[in-house]
Amino acid sequence: MELDYKSLLPFEKPIAELYKKIEDLQKMARHGKINLEEETKLIQKRIQKTRRELFAELTPLQTVQVARHMGRPTTLDYIGQIFEGFVELRGDRNFSNDPAMICGIGKLDDLSCVVVGHQKGKNTKENIARNFGMAQPEGYRKALRVMRVADRFGKPIISFVDTPGAYPGIGAEERGQAEAIAKNLRAMAELHVPFITIITGEGGSGGALGIGMGNKVMMLEFSIYSVISPEGCASILFRDATKASLAAEAMKITAKDLLKLGVIDEIIKEPIGGAHQDTKLTAQNIKKAILTNLKPLMHMTSRELIADRYNKFRKMGIFENG
Amino acid sequence: MTISIHDFFKKKKKRKAQAHTSEKLDIPGNLWVRCYRCGTTIYSKDLETALKVCPKCNYHFRLSASERISFTVDEGTFEEINPHIKSTDFLSFVDSKPYAKRLKDAEMKSGLPEVIVTGEGKINGWSVAVGAMDFSFMGGSMGSAVGEKVTRLFEHALHRKIPAIIFSSSGGARMQEGIMSLMQMAKTSSALGRLRENCIPYICVLTDPTTGGTTASFAMLGDIHIAEPNALIGFAGPRVIEQTIRQKLPAGFQRSEYLEEHGMVDIVSPRKDLKKVLTNILSFFDFKGE
Repeated sequence: MELDYKSLLPFEKPIAELYKKIEDLQKMARHGKINLEEETKLIQKRIQKTRRELFAELTPLQTVQVARHMGRPTTLDYIGQIFEGFVELRGDRNFSNDPAMICGIGKLDDLSCVVVGHQKGKNTKENIARNFGMAQPEGYRKALRVMRVADRFGKPIISFVDTPGAYPGIGAEERGQAEAIAKNLRAMAELHVPFITIITGEGGSGGALGIGMGNKVMMLEFSIYSVISPEGCASILFRDATKASLAAEAMKITAKDLLKLGVIDEIIKEPIGGAHQDTKLTAQNIKKAILTNLKPLMHMTSRELIADRYNKFRKMGIFENG
Repeated sequence: MTISIHDFFKKKKKRKAQAHTSEKLDIPGNLWVRCYRCGTTIYSKDLETALKVCPKCNYHFRLSASERISFTVDEGTFEEINPHIKSTDFLSFVDSKPYAKRLKDAEMKSGLPEVIVTGEGKINGWSVAVGAMDFSFMGGSMGSAVGEKVTRLFEHALHRKIPAIIFSSSGGARMQEGIMSLMQMAKTSSALGRLRENCIPYICVLTDPTTGGTTASFAMLGDIHIAEPNALIGFAGPRVIEQTIRQKLPAGFQRSEYLEEHGMVDIVSPRKDLKKVLTNILSFFDFKGE
């Protein structure tokens, strides 16, 4: 059994300690010739139990850590598990190809689908190439271009959201980051085809919403969706970036809270310990959720689909009147 | 008294960084106002006549919603719609102050129940659905109430078959409403889709400052984009960008003229010409309403 301390998060310290015990036992077993299999198994059971307990009541900030875990499966991981014959489509036909956004076509069982999603890296090098999943205006324009392919040919769209936010840079501003996102919002409301969004990791503000206006919006159990990062909110409102925990709590960013608020439609279960413990199982859960939710949408006319999406977002907001 | 050059600039910088609402600048008696940019002392009444533009350096003071409406809409023609839509603290959000308290304070400070005032009025005789945002109410931030009022304004324009105009001034989404503020971007943009589909014109007038979720939704989706001179307009705020890229930003970055140069706005119009420009545009569209 491989002991991967590096992938453990700070709040998983009790698990790290149990791993350490196993390691010690293995050392002892190598020196003496005693069989410690029984003990090891017991500890492994305890690891599972501790993990279950820890993950049953994560605080919002701990959820943020899981959502940002370096080993968390990325959009391409899920595409590989869920779609057959995926063909990536690149470029916005105007300026460049944005590697922080993946777009393409593939088969979900027998069903032709268009897929768009943010792409993070799994290590520093990959992350630099993918700009940490922060798309430029070209990324949003590429996504729109490809969503319009789906629209023209009547194919459903699946979007995977996992971004800290749209990239805040000089070039991004010059080329209209705000305009690109705004245009996507308006265009997504007008799509004639079934559209499903899954927030798989970080749902970072306008950058997330920019491809996230599905008829159904689902979230993985330990993903987050927020108007601003907890750190950003803490530094602006609490004037102290270290108060991220308070900000995360106050803004209601977990799947459970967002389901209660009616902003998302469904929570997709993750394996114990988070999606990074079992990419395949997570992908299976996502696929099941997509298929279940697509079914009724596939029977709707394009007019009904547009109305359904419009009404969904039209209703959002809590205010006083009178 | 002598001051070093260093101190001189330091003071000037500090002055620039303060809030820009004109009320705050008043020198005792409200007779004289000092321009933030050039420091010139201006007689209040002269400033008012000049539509709150510094006669010396052309600095455009931020306007309240009521000033904006009175400077733009024909006298006596404005009728407010949905005046009772107000924000509510549904998350019981507390940062350094409870959100509920912030809302009360904002109402006191701005004299408005919400960021945006919406209604119907005439501009040189042309009927329009018009909204004016007021930065002095919680930085013009968009929460559920703003999103709802903007959406209903678009619906009003659609129903009445008249063009819509929004004067934006906003720091972006209202964090105290969490994700619900983000959803207002989706809601307002969807409503604009309907205007577009039904060929109802929509004109954005971007004023200082327009950033964040407001820019990334209804403020950037006009058939025509007008900006007031030197207004800060962008997606991310300049501080965030500087911290991200660890570089100094180019001169004039995210200002109206810069956006015009990069193709994001059609016209940078001085305030004194704005009504004329809007009239020309409304006359082009030639919507008489129903």
